Amino acid sequence: MARKSFPILKQLIQQCTNRSFSSTASPRAVTLIPGDGVGPLVTDAVEQVMKAMKAPVYFDRYEVRGDMKCMPEEVMDSIKKNKVCLKGGLMTPVGGGVSSLNVQMRKELDLYASIVHCFTLPGLPTRHNDVDIVVIRENTEGEYAGLEHEVVPGVVESLKVITKYCSERIAKFAFEYADVNKRKKVTAVHKANIMKLADGLFLESCREVAAKYPEIQYEEIIVDNCCMQLVSKPEQFDVMVTPNLYGNLIANTTAGLAGGTGVMPGGNVGTDQAVFEQGASAGNVGNEKILKLKKANPVALLLSSAMMLRHLEFPSFADRLETAVRRVIAEGKFRTKDVGGDSTTQEVVDAIIAAVD
Amino acid sequence: MAFQIARRFLGGGGNSVAPSIRYLGRTFTSAASESNLIRATLFPGDGIGPEIAESVKQIFKVAKVPIEWEEHYVGKEIDPRTNSFLTWESLESVRRNKVGLKGPMATPIGKGHRSLNLTLRKELNLYANVRPCYSLPGYKTRYDDVNLITIRENTEGEYSGLEHQVVRGVVESLKIITRQASLRVAEYAFHYAKTHGRERVSAIHKANIMQKTDGLFLKCCREVAEKYPEIKYEEVVIDNCCMMLVKNPALFDVLVMPNLYGDIISDLCAGLIVAILAREVLLLLRPCMVQHLILPERIVHGRIKAVLSRIISSEQAGFVEGRSIVENVLFVQEIIAEIRKRGKPRNLNLANPTALLLSSVSMLRHLELHDKADRIQDAILKTIAEGKYRTGDLGGTASTTEFTNSICDHL
Repeated sequence: MARKSFPILKQLIQQCTNRSFSSTASPRAVTLIPGDGVGPLVTDAVEQVMKAMKAPVYFDRYEVRGDMKCMPEEVMDSIKKNKVCLKGGLMTPVGGGVSSLNVQMRKELDLYASIVHCFTLPGLPTRHNDVDIVVIRENTEGEYAGLEHEVVPGVVESLKVITKYCSERIAKFAFEYADVNKRKKVTAVHKANIMKLADGLFLESCREVAAKYPEIQYEEIIVDNCCMQLVSKPEQFDVMVTPNLYGNLIANTTAGLAGGTGVMPGGNVGTDQAVFEQGASAGNVGNEKILKLKKANPVALLLSSAMMLRHLEFPSFADRLETAVRRVIAEGKFRTKDVGGDSTTQEVVDAIIAAVD
Repeated sequence: MAFQIARRFLGGGGNSVAPSIRYLGRTFTSAASESNLIRATLFPGDGIGPEIAESVKQIFKVAKVPIEWEEHYVGKEIDPRTNSFLTWESLESVRRNKVGLKGPMATPIGKGHRSLNLTLRKELNLYANVRPCYSLPGYKTRYDDVNLITIRENTEGEYSGLEHQVVRGVVESLKIITRQASLRVAEYAFHYAKTHGRERVSAIHKANIMQKTDGLFLKCCREVAEKYPEIKYEEVVIDNCCMMLVKNPALFDVLVMPNLYGDIISDLCAGLIVAILAREVLLLLRPCMVQHLILPERIVHGRIKAVLSRIISSEQAGFVEGRSIVENVLFVQEIIAEIRKRGKPRNLNLANPTALLLSSVSMLRHLELHDKADRIQDAILKTIAEGKYRTGDLGGTASTTEFTNSICDHL
């Protein structure tokens, strides 16, 4: 199973120089879920840019709302058929007895690895420079197992489940990613001093896999210390592999270091399917003011769609898109409020379209 | 516990009646505190502990703080009554005095006994872990606008220690949240916010995923929040909280959260102000008694910790961080070399007592000696801001004594 995912990985990362290949490829269908809140705004931005670039993809659009009981059947079928999906944020109601659609989707499609790439974009004012961290997070079990019950009134238990199978495959994925990407170090994040069995199992799996990759440095770090190190010395980290909840926290912390959730791309990769979305706080769909003013930052989703293009083996389009985004950010004329500007989504999109050569 | 309390009040020994009377007097008439000596337990601890404890004692003397210390050292052998190196007498002393100050303690490696901190926490039922976290004026860090308090539930949650293997390769770990523990930590957070003039309490959770456990925690917080209409209450999902903290820590005021999140967030906050220092830990006993134990937290970088743990085998060796990691490691290695040379980790006169001092300030506030607390805190901040006398970890060359004397001068 892990072997199957390797080609996906390679496509994700490798910068292919063969331009003629992609221009002759037949267009691919991609399932598009605009989502809630600012979702439609930013997915629309992606559609516009894709159209302007004449990228060989077309979108199957499905309306899904975060407060739906479950993912509509046809959407799942479409993702299974197209194998690739691009998605805006889906809101998860807090404590409403509705299970998160994001979690549901990950479970049903077995999207076991979440990748968030956090890096400082040249030109963006941040407190730290040289952040370049890839957070690879186990996506299907752990604290998100959803097993909870009330033992007696006033006492509630939640189960965290860690399995050898899932820990091993995420560790393999992380090391394979590091290997293909020519990254030097993989850091496993844990809390095994307290959760000796659960996080212990995760660590044990990581160590076993690490032994097979002697050329990649392997480190372990306790999650609380990790956060402290992240905010003081983020340069020391490279690829991080984590169980579910810690990954969520670490991805968001690093996103904060490197300019915020508005610019962090990410994807969820499984054996067969892949869903691309904003890297961090996918559940956070922005506040109403941003929505009203149409000032959501489209950069994160655009960079995610560049990841998607690479995944679809259109690396030249991915490069063009990325270069255009980077150029617009570096120039600094058109930026949304979260990254220190005052432009609307549309202005940023227009600037990017103009920058696409 | 009830038995112990009863025993305390009935007076297990001839002299234990007096402190409880004194305690009652203190709570109801704070003016009386000037004439009465308050008794407090002091654990100087290991390593640099005695040195920095000495510094606290000296400053308290100069500031004329009406406190009488009862010093307790960690025992050489495991006390069977506590199953730890901490003696029963020490615990009794804290129970009697209701307040204590603790230096860094090193738990010796080996099985068959509990860690010292865990012993304190469990035996005394210290349910809330409070860490003020603020940047020190005059000492430049990457984030200069940090001023927040993290309050962490200390007894349950992910740290319940309940784990089992279901089948080979599948492990479950239990997270327990109870209404009682959530209510009391929420109550404490709001009480703290009110008495310390804070405006906002944020409950940190992940109730969108853990709807029942974190949901219960939130429900308890909401209930308590209703009783404090003057304090603003908000709820923040933990991942979002992490991001907001690193982007703009000034957004937060008082944070209250379950165990694991508290662990992560409080360390993250400490990372924000890297260079210091001021993480005091204040652990609470039962709410009805309002008893405290205050200890300075290890403020040690992971790597220093790794170096230290080999030598001092501690979970919390009391070195304070500063500068870069490399410099820190070098600094620590220097100290370690020094320790080896002298044979005993004492009287090096290099340690930074700020964390323990600020912890003692917290203790004074807890005892409602606000004027003394303000004076000492001002003196500490002035000394650091002035920059003339700083210890090695803050980039200076002063010894512990020089630093302490300078604070005394500012008093």
